[in-house]
Amino acid sequence: MAPIIKLQNITKVYQMGAEEVHALRGVTVEIQKNEYVAIMGPSGSGKSTLMNVIGCLDTPTSGLYELNATNVSDMNDNQLAKIRNKEIGFVFQTFNLLARSDVLHNVELPLIYGGVGSVERKQLARDAITRVGLGDRLHHKPNELSGGQRQRVAVARALVTNPSILLADEPTGNLDSKTGIEIMALFDTLHREGNTIILVTHEEDIAAHAHRKIRIRDGKVEHDELNRQRTIAEGSVAAA
Amino acid sequence: MSSTLRFYLDEIREGLAISFRAIASNKMRSALTTLGIIIGIVSVTLMGTAIEGLNRAFNKSIAALGSDVLYVQKWPWGGGQDWWTIRNRRDIRIEQAKAIERQSELASSVSPIIGTIANMHYNRRVLENGVVVGTGAEFLQTSAVNIAYGRFFTEGEADGGRPVCVIGTDISENLFPNENPLGKVIKVGTNAFRVIGVLEKQGNFLGMQSLDDRVYVPINRFFKEFISFRGGIDIWVKASSRENMDETKEEIRGIMRKARHLAPAQADDFAINQQDMLIQTFNAIGSVIAAVGLLITGLALFVGGIGIMNIMFVSVTERTREIGVRKAIGAPRRTILLQFLLESAALCLLGGIIGVIIAFPLSLIIDQVLPTAMPISVVAVALLVSIFVGVVSGLLPAYRASRLDPVEALRYE
Repeated sequence: MAPIIKLQNITKVYQMGAEEVHALRGVTVEIQKNEYVAIMGPSGSGKSTLMNVIGCLDTPTSGLYELNATNVSDMNDNQLAKIRNKEIGFVFQTFNLLARSDVLHNVELPLIYGGVGSVERKQLARDAITRVGLGDRLHHKPNELSGGQRQRVAVARALVTNPSILLADEPTGNLDSKTGIEIMALFDTLHREGNTIILVTHEEDIAAHAHRKIRIRDGKVEHDELNRQRTIAEGSVAAA
Repeated sequence: MSSTLRFYLDEIREGLAISFRAIASNKMRSALTTLGIIIGIVSVTLMGTAIEGLNRAFNKSIAALGSDVLYVQKWPWGGGQDWWTIRNRRDIRIEQAKAIERQSELASSVSPIIGTIANMHYNRRVLENGVVVGTGAEFLQTSAVNIAYGRFFTEGEADGGRPVCVIGTDISENLFPNENPLGKVIKVGTNAFRVIGVLEKQGNFLGMQSLDDRVYVPINRFFKEFISFRGGIDIWVKASSRENMDETKEEIRGIMRKARHLAPAQADDFAINQQDMLIQTFNAIGSVIAAVGLLITGLALFVGGIGIMNIMFVSVTERTREIGVRKAIGAPRRTILLQFLLESAALCLLGGIIGVIIAFPLSLIIDQVLPTAMPISVVAVALLVSIFVGVVSGLLPAYRASRLDPVEALRYE
């Protein structure tokens, strides 16, 4: 089966004043459907840049990026916006909900940009909100919710378009550890339901939820390994 | 097709909802910014209303001049020629009016007109500085005025120079507040005239000169009684129809030239004026007044627009992160552009509506001085202009917002 993400020799060079910054120096990675991947690395390693490229927020300087068998390396702004809308669900560290809109509207937003009609849109948004366990909070504003609930709304917003990948950038970074565990449990569930999840994190215990860890250092893949514990554990659960 | 239409409608609805939330959540700032637009719209609409008032006043006055009447005079309307040359022209004489009456085939009625200032007396009542007009029996046909009651003098009375007069409403109101003036004898200057008719109210001419403080007497009587007054007459000629005004004018010109013994090479030493000339002159002056007035008041609107642009830049900067989020979840550039344009247009439209609401009672005050009403077209234009100002002012900030790099925008604190 074709990989859902295929990165080939990706580089990214920034111009910082007179200086050139090589954020990515040839990254080659393939991610299959329904994988649960953690991208790890210290700050300045290039992991954020890699996430931006995978999330189609940024285009690589060179190299090939195929998302769902579509070459997105050379797309323009508007084409990328469409791809992000259809294929990618973002979950950010700081939730990034629209403060003035209620939960329902926040979750509806990607569907509005996707051109989904009002009735269908509301139904899909309600379903997604129910999936993250906030079915009774449809008309709350973000500031009326706890941090964990806000992140659940963000997850619902990411899920609502049924994207190819869920891309979570330090999703527990702004949460206390108990709430963080709840959110990670939610990701685990979503993975079991067949979603492809990419976590960007520097925390080992968060990365431990993933089945595969990709370590980035100095703009290159330093390490790409399966999380044995995790796969074995899941295997045993499946066997039992 | 219908799904794309629905998509755009959804996008506009979403944009409007965002705009109103943004405006409502920054009430003070929105109010202050909108103030510029409000002031601009108030001044533009009031200027429009005043111009409308000027036009109305002019049209009302111009109605006193018949559109099918030619005015044979020494002075041309609208000017243009050398003042001294015209000053030195020979006066127009009553004989020339008689010549037109006799010879013209296209004229339906002809009135010689001459006037002077005199005080009017009845018993102990006085009206100072009224106007005495000497004219012929066809005066009513050549002017746009009607008899209110009584009658105008007959041809017999006119030719015979009988001491009879027809008075304007100002005179009847001043000299006969509680009496029927018909049959009474008034003194015009030192001469006695019997009142045989009262004219309908006419109002002012171009807002300056009252047409109702006049006494009309037979011109032959006028020449007898007001001998101290020297000067030529005017001749008012009503054409038989509006369609052959030009032919009538040519005919009158020929008769006048002959009556004044002009050689073929000599230029006309008289003018044949008509309503159109005043309209043209007024239109020329009126459009300059309108242009200058709207330009000056438009400046207020322009300044208001700059205020809107400024606040839209602030709004874009403040919401950089929000723009980043929207882009991340798939908003194309067009959507972001539309969102801020709508916000800016909504802000200005709000200002426009408030401006019109404020301007309306003020226009009623103008109405006291210069009869007018705020034209619905001015209201419509004011609202369209405010939307236009909003779109233009919002264009640059909205464009900047739409071009934001999502990565940068998401990182913005």
